[in-house]
Amino acid sequence: MNFIMELGQYMIDNSSNLLALGIEHVLMVLYAIGLSLVVGIPLGIIAAKFERVAPIILSLTNILQLIPSLAMLAILLIYLGLGFQTMVVGLFFYSLLPIVRNTYVGLKEVDPGVLEAGKGIGMTPIQLLMKVQFPLSIPFLMAGLRVASVIAVAVACIGPYIGAGGFGKEIISGISLQSEIKIYAGAIPAAALAVIADVILGKIEKKTKNRIA
Amino acid sequence: MIQLKNINKIYDDGFQALKDISLTFEEGKINVLIGPSGCGKTTTMKLLNRLTEHTDGEILIDEKNIKDMNPIELRRQMGYVIQSIGLFPHMTIYDNVAAVPKLLKWDKQKINQKVDELLNMVDLDPKTYKKRYPSELSGGQQQRIGVIRALAAEPSTILMDEPFSALDPISREQLQDELVHLQKSINKTIIFVTHDMDEAIKIADQIILMKDGEVVQQGSPNDILLNPVNDFVKEFIGSERLEQAQGLPSLRSIVDTTYPRAVCTDPVSDTIELMKQHQTDCLPVVDEKENYIGSVNLYHALSNQQKTAKEIIDDSIYSYDETTKTEEVLHDSRLVIPVTSNKRFLGMVDQEKLLRSLHENFENKRGGQ
Repeated sequence: MNFIMELGQYMIDNSSNLLALGIEHVLMVLYAIGLSLVVGIPLGIIAAKFERVAPIILSLTNILQLIPSLAMLAILLIYLGLGFQTMVVGLFFYSLLPIVRNTYVGLKEVDPGVLEAGKGIGMTPIQLLMKVQFPLSIPFLMAGLRVASVIAVAVACIGPYIGAGGFGKEIISGISLQSEIKIYAGAIPAAALAVIADVILGKIEKKTKNRIA
Repeated sequence: MIQLKNINKIYDDGFQALKDISLTFEEGKINVLIGPSGCGKTTTMKLLNRLTEHTDGEILIDEKNIKDMNPIELRRQMGYVIQSIGLFPHMTIYDNVAAVPKLLKWDKQKINQKVDELLNMVDLDPKTYKKRYPSELSGGQQQRIGVIRALAAEPSTILMDEPFSALDPISREQLQDELVHLQKSINKTIIFVTHDMDEAIKIADQIILMKDGEVVQQGSPNDILLNPVNDFVKEFIGSERLEQAQGLPSLRSIVDTTYPRAVCTDPVSDTIELMKQHQTDCLPVVDEKENYIGSVNLYHALSNQQKTAKEIIDDSIYSYDETTKTEEVLHDSRLVIPVTSNKRFLGMVDQEKLLRSLHENFENKRGGQ
């Protein structure tokens, strides 16, 4: 009980610092997710449209995901140097797989009858993709986005090792100072961020699903 | 008018789906393609909007070869209704029905008007349904939307690929009735694929029966039911339907019992007079007990005016007993045919009237199904 009071006091005292860390954490994730949407959706579409390149695209993004996060960031560090942008690129690589794979699966899952109808009434391939296939794959994409975001929030905690900020900074300084309070003050908001992202995106995902079902 | 000339379709793996098909789809009629699965009926239909391309031969729509037309434009000029309905689940009913007019960039007000008109045509209140999503409708309602989506851009031709076969029997019957009814007012050329003979008989103006990529028989439902060309057609129609269609009315029910007759002792001059009155060249002759003795013909009578009817009877004019099957009488080429009941003269059957009553009989059966 005493500890909780102390933790609360600490967090209130350092609220401006924690807020700055939080903003940095969220920004890293947002940039990375944004980037992976911009790159991942077209890759997913290409994979769905050209069956022959699909295995290449999917296994490449899969390999990216398999590299341990610390190793990946260390390698990026060699080329990109310390800082925020390196972390964004790392998170971007991690988010790519769920986005690409879910876009691909979502496009493939569209009811063939609906596609036949679209084609039969005279839609061009582009119209079919933009007006029918892609809108119908959005629930899948949202599920991918949700997974990607939760992973990104978690991975972002090791940011300080490569000179980026975020809640990780508080956790890591807590480790070095052997301060339980500092560790919790970083870990709890980070976990809360992951939970919030999961809940909000889950709700959005459900909404898009309801509209289509 | 849509014409298929010597169409072959051979797939890349060498399978020949269509063999030298030549067909004409009648304008403003419901043309039904029917046959067992794998017979090429759907392939034939999909050639028309180039969802499948034919290997050789030519398809002409109003004398224009469809290979010279842009497939996208071609499809927008043709309605398309499919078995799985294929409504766009993320679009409202309005957007679904308006899909093709939107592709054709119609004016918004014109689209709105058209959608209302079409919804009213299938008895779905525009106010209630325009904003709904397909998942909020029953299967029958969804396919009604499927049908009016195909009509929205006012195409002259509509392709329908087993549109009602996934529906429950009640909705199916309703939609068939509605289609026949609708066709009377819209008068489109409809190409309708089905494997259901009852459906074909009910809605078709022309039936094209296919098997193994070839047309086996082509004709009105009546033609096909009454004159199946071979055992395959008979089998496909089914013995029950054949009997029903060919179960002709009994001879007794179509006999004209008021037909004039001569008594055997009548002078021939009276007989001639009677024939003139009734404008016939053949008169049955009976004895005092109304037993049929034979008939006299006018030609014979004119050259034997002094005799009695009994003396100039033409033996070749034979009669049928009333229990004879009507079908047998149908093959008799005489215009009027005497019918007896236990040797007593019953009356005459008029071939022309017989054919007319057969037709009515068939129409009734068709309507009552």
